Amino acid sequence: MSFSKLARETTHSFSKLARETTQRFVDNDLTPMGHGRMLRKEDPRFIRGKGRFIDDLQLPGMLHLAILRAPIAHGRIVSVDVSAAEAHPKVKLVVTGAMLAERGLAWMPTLSNDMQAVLATDKVRFQGQEVAFVVAEDRYAARDALELIDVEYEQLPAVVNVRAALDPSSPVIRDDLEGKTDNHCFDWETGDKAATDAVFARADVVVRQDMVYPRVHPAPLETCGAVADYDAVDGTLTLWSTTQAPHAHRTLYAVVAGLPEHNIRVISPDIGGGFGNKVPIYPGYICAIVGSLLTGKPVKWTEDRAENLTSTAFARDYIMHGEIAATRDGKILAIRTNVLADHGAFNGVAAPTKYPAGFFGVFTGSYDIQAAYCTMTAVFTNKAPGGVAYSCSFRITEAVYLVERLVDCLADELKMDPVELRLKNLLRPEQFPYTTKTGWVYDSGNYEPTLREALRIADYAALRREQEDKRARGELMGIGVSFFTEAVGAGPRKDMDILGLGMADGAELRVHPTGTAVLRVSCQTQGQGHETTFAQIVAEEIGIPPADIKVVHGDTDQTPFGLGTYGSRSTAVSGAAAALVARKVRDKARLIASAMLEVSVADLQWDKGYFHVAGDPAKSVTIQDVAMRAHGAGDLPEGIEGGLEAQICYNPENLTNPHGAYICVVDVDPGTAVVTVRRFIAVDDCGVRINPMIIEGQVHGGLTDGVGMALMEILAFDEGGNCLGGSLMDYLIPTALEVPDWETGFTVTPSPHHPIGAKGVGESATVGSPPAVVNAVLDALKPYGLRHVDMPLTPSRLWEAMNGNPQPPI
Amino acid sequence: MQVPAPFDYERATSVDDAIGLLARLGATARLVAGGHSLLPMMKLRLAHFEYLVDINDLHGELGYVKVEPTRIRIGAMTRHRELLESPELLSSFPIFHDAERVIADPLVRNRGTIGGALCQADPSEDLSAVCTAVDASCVIRGLDGERVVSMAEFYRGPYETAVGNAEMLTEVRFPVRPHGSSAYEKVGRRAGDWPVVSCGVAAWVEGGVITDARVGLAAVGPNTTGIPAISQALRGRAPSEDLYAEAGAIAAAYCAPVTDQRGSAAYKRHLAAELTRRALRRAVARIDGREV
Ligand SMILES: Cc1cc2nc3c(=O)[nH]c(=O)nc-3n(C[C@H](O)[C@H](O)[C@H](O)COP(=O)(O)OP(=O)(O)OC[C@H]3O[C@@H](n4cnc5c(N)ncnc54)[C@H](O)[C@@H]3O)c2cc1C
Repeated sequence: MSFSKLARETTHSFSKLARETTQRFVDNDLTPMGHGRMLRKEDPRFIRGKGRFIDDLQLPGMLHLAILRAPIAHGRIVSVDVSAAEAHPKVKLVVTGAMLAERGLAWMPTLSNDMQAVLATDKVRFQGQEVAFVVAEDRYAARDALELIDVEYEQLPAVVNVRAALDPSSPVIRDDLEGKTDNHCFDWETGDKAATDAVFARADVVVRQDMVYPRVHPAPLETCGAVADYDAVDGTLTLWSTTQAPHAHRTLYAVVAGLPEHNIRVISPDIGGGFGNKVPIYPGYICAIVGSLLTGKPVKWTEDRAENLTSTAFARDYIMHGEIAATRDGKILAIRTNVLADHGAFNGVAAPTKYPAGFFGVFTGSYDIQAAYCTMTAVFTNKAPGGVAYSCSFRITEAVYLVERLVDCLADELKMDPVELRLKNLLRPEQFPYTTKTGWVYDSGNYEPTLREALRIADYAALRREQEDKRARGELMGIGVSFFTEAVGAGPRKDMDILGLGMADGAELRVHPTGTAVLRVSCQTQGQGHETTFAQIVAEEIGIPPADIKVVHGDTDQTPFGLGTYGSRSTAVSGAAAALVARKVRDKARLIASAMLEVSVADLQWDKGYFHVAGDPAKSVTIQDVAMRAHGAGDLPEGIEGGLEAQICYNPENLTNPHGAYICVVDVDPGTAVVTVRRFIAVDDCGVRINPMIIEGQVHGGLTDGVGMALMEILAFDEGGNCLGGSLMDYLIPTALEVPDWETGFTVTPSPHHPIGAKGVGESATVGSPPAVVNAVLDALKPYGLRHVDMPLTPSRLWEAMNGNPQPPI
Repeated sequence: MQVPAPFDYERATSVDDAIGLLARLGATARLVAGGHSLLPMMKLRLAHFEYLVDINDLHGELGYVKVEPTRIRIGAMTRHRELLESPELLSSFPIFHDAERVIADPLVRNRGTIGGALCQADPSEDLSAVCTAVDASCVIRGLDGERVVSMAEFYRGPYETAVGNAEMLTEVRFPVRPHGSSAYEKVGRRAGDWPVVSCGVAAWVEGGVITDARVGLAAVGPNTTGIPAISQALRGRAPSEDLYAEAGAIAAAYCAPVTDQRGSAAYKRHLAAELTRRALRRAVARIDGREV
């Protein structure tokens, strides 16, 4: 018996045994050879408590770090006395901003090329800002010692009201920036002002509406944290951290800490939710690194809930004035908007360099209009930095909210049904690829069938009849519609980079001799199910079952370079890389197969898993046969190297444009103003669907987020700049009891440029659902003559509006 | 993870032992029952105690719902979940079931106790409105024996009660009278959230007129207290929507809410009226057997 045959048979029986043993507690449907509905490969470990998160990590001799944070929003540091903390018997190290400054480490760059304090040296600029840290033998001692640090502040007036941030009388927050005399962060504009003004001037109807998208927080279940382990002997740093972008972080650490990049290894183990919250580099990570460098021991830092809510990346915080122009019969002509953006104390927005407002430029939505224009002013305030986090697709959440609310306001003005108005204005399939009036190229779309599918599932006509009956009885029922176009998969390197790093992603696929495989990707799952989806993408291309494909991610030493997971970019970018690298492997396999079958390559046919001789299916080899041959004894065809593996780096040609139509049905209690979301219909088109179950899961989560933002979430501040959302008792996120059974549907419009026609879907529902909920509530409140009420539509805020006192939340 | 400052820990074996420990350890000691109010405060370092005296082993002694001919007695260590699931309470005072369904979440209800809830004296505490409505008295035991105080006497301000340093609450008891029922209404911003406002009502109807009715409103003042004016206005009158509205108006006038993240003072005042009406309507419907 030849070695390869022996190997194949023994592995076969081994794998049978292994599968039988795992089968006992794995209820996966192992059937789809490629795309299709299958349970997630990673779930058995999560469900059985075997996930391995940062805080599970225990290293010998590990110390614990705790951070002292500013109790006030704005104040000058007069003195910091750490002597009592240093005297604590379990304390190993106390570090202040001044000590970091001596090493040139007190400041670090943000993802938007601003500078952010690692530990405050001169002033504190938001409540919760990092002031000092303690490294101690255990977490309790570290936390106790924080109370022994004596900081004297000279309190300064806090800039909390974003509308007043640019008043000449406002104190200057960023006096660390040379020559800075105000709180201006940046100005930005897009579109054609003159053309837009001209269209507005001759339009029959112009509707104007102010609206606020309040500051919200991603609030992932797992807070941020890190374990830093610096090995002084070989000069290597291993950093386990909660990051959605391990490679980008490694490069930044190399720049900030001056360590050679090859000596830094960033590992992102299981991540308990990211939603953009884990894209930035936080001072805590740097503190952990410094702590390990100075003590020579591994140092763990884990944020508590209050720290996460008050100091890490928030989202939104846009005050928008929107205007929409139309003809009397409902043809939308132009959209104009002016935005005031609160960026907090440092500009920590994580968006491609050329896009300081993210992709807000897609505020023209899904409509065929003649002109559009936007101006934006961003300001600094005494609040935590951040900006695009929370499944927002780089600010498309705000853009879609703006346009979808404006369209409903217009429908109200024209006394038109909001569905009819949308149908009249949606882009038509023959217009794609479509260049918007703000210069975005939508790769593909076929909108009307998607909206019609949502109407069908909802039975829209019946809902309107029911509403009419209920109104006659004084009951408040509302039906809200939204239609969105997303722009995800950043992005083409000619346009998009983060701090100079191009947004292309690598993938490496290695098929082992026995025909199982390992795929290494640069993106980082935080719950999205990459270990399953990516295995399915490869399976579809090379016919190895998903169960036989291991997906490795989240370790810079184990994976090729790439920019990570956010902005729904994983399937759009890394997913494309995975498909293409699999095709590259298949191309090589074809050459080997042709030698094995002794026919020319042209005479071979590929049949997901097999090459066979055209016209003679019996003469075939499996991909597993080829794998063994590629590694086995005997010569390979001329010019073919041994092994069966490939590597690529995928540079997307464009973003992909998923779209969707959402319909929300609410009941409002007229006596208490409590909103109940009774039904929610979501029809998503994300192109080719890899694993429909995972897509549905992403949609369910996003819809829940959307209901949360529409009805309850806000990160509020009092006049002194104290954050009022520092716990989950104060910052409300929705539970299963606030949401209905989701009704999902789909249409499929493949992306023309993505190798498998897929588009991202991770944020579609978060983007599309808030306006549907708000539109539904306002539809219910038609009898009250209200055109707009700002989120969050808490019972109190809604009741005030119903009683003639609608107030913006900020 | 939030971690508390160092403290010492004792486990009481009996009520007398617990009181003895409190007497010995002084004001720096606290009882811990379910821990769902106390521990978060300690972890957030809003409160610090040198000693915790754990009374969970007293569940056998103080965990009970005893129905007697003229009164019901509930031990201080009775857990929210036991109140929720008690068939005796459901049939005689459905207000407990109504309220417990919307207090916190199953995790909190599994551990949290009626004693802890009342002694925490949070202005938004739901069971205080329930106990006020059913005209409960609190049994407080100290080194020198027991004393019994009314709910009105029990509360001394936000987070303050009549329970002294070396004392503990052992029992809550309330009278059982025929021809009555009760109901609870709450508006929260989300399931498991504290009330924006909540309202408990117990009412008795005989011969077509209300013989007595009591209302307890939570989250609209420093403490929950009864509203005698409502009881006076209702006694001797036939139940009607107008009467409920009148009671609601009294509730709104009587309460003293403040604007906060949960809602504006005006909204809370409105809810005081609305929920009083709704709870009265439901309690009376239950007496008539029209609703359960
Ligand atoms: C997530 C969450 C949601 C919640 N939602 C609600 C809600 O919607 N409505 C609501 O009303 N409550 C709510 N609560 C509060 C909850 O009901 C209380 O935490 C709980 O009932 C308090 O009981 P405990 O046994 O846990 O008290 P503990 O936390 O153990 O004690 C609280 C205080 O009472 C003292 N104490 C306890 N027992 C005695 C005794 N027998 N004699 C004297 N002093 C005593 C303790 O020393 C301490 O000071 C919520 C709590 C949480 C954590």
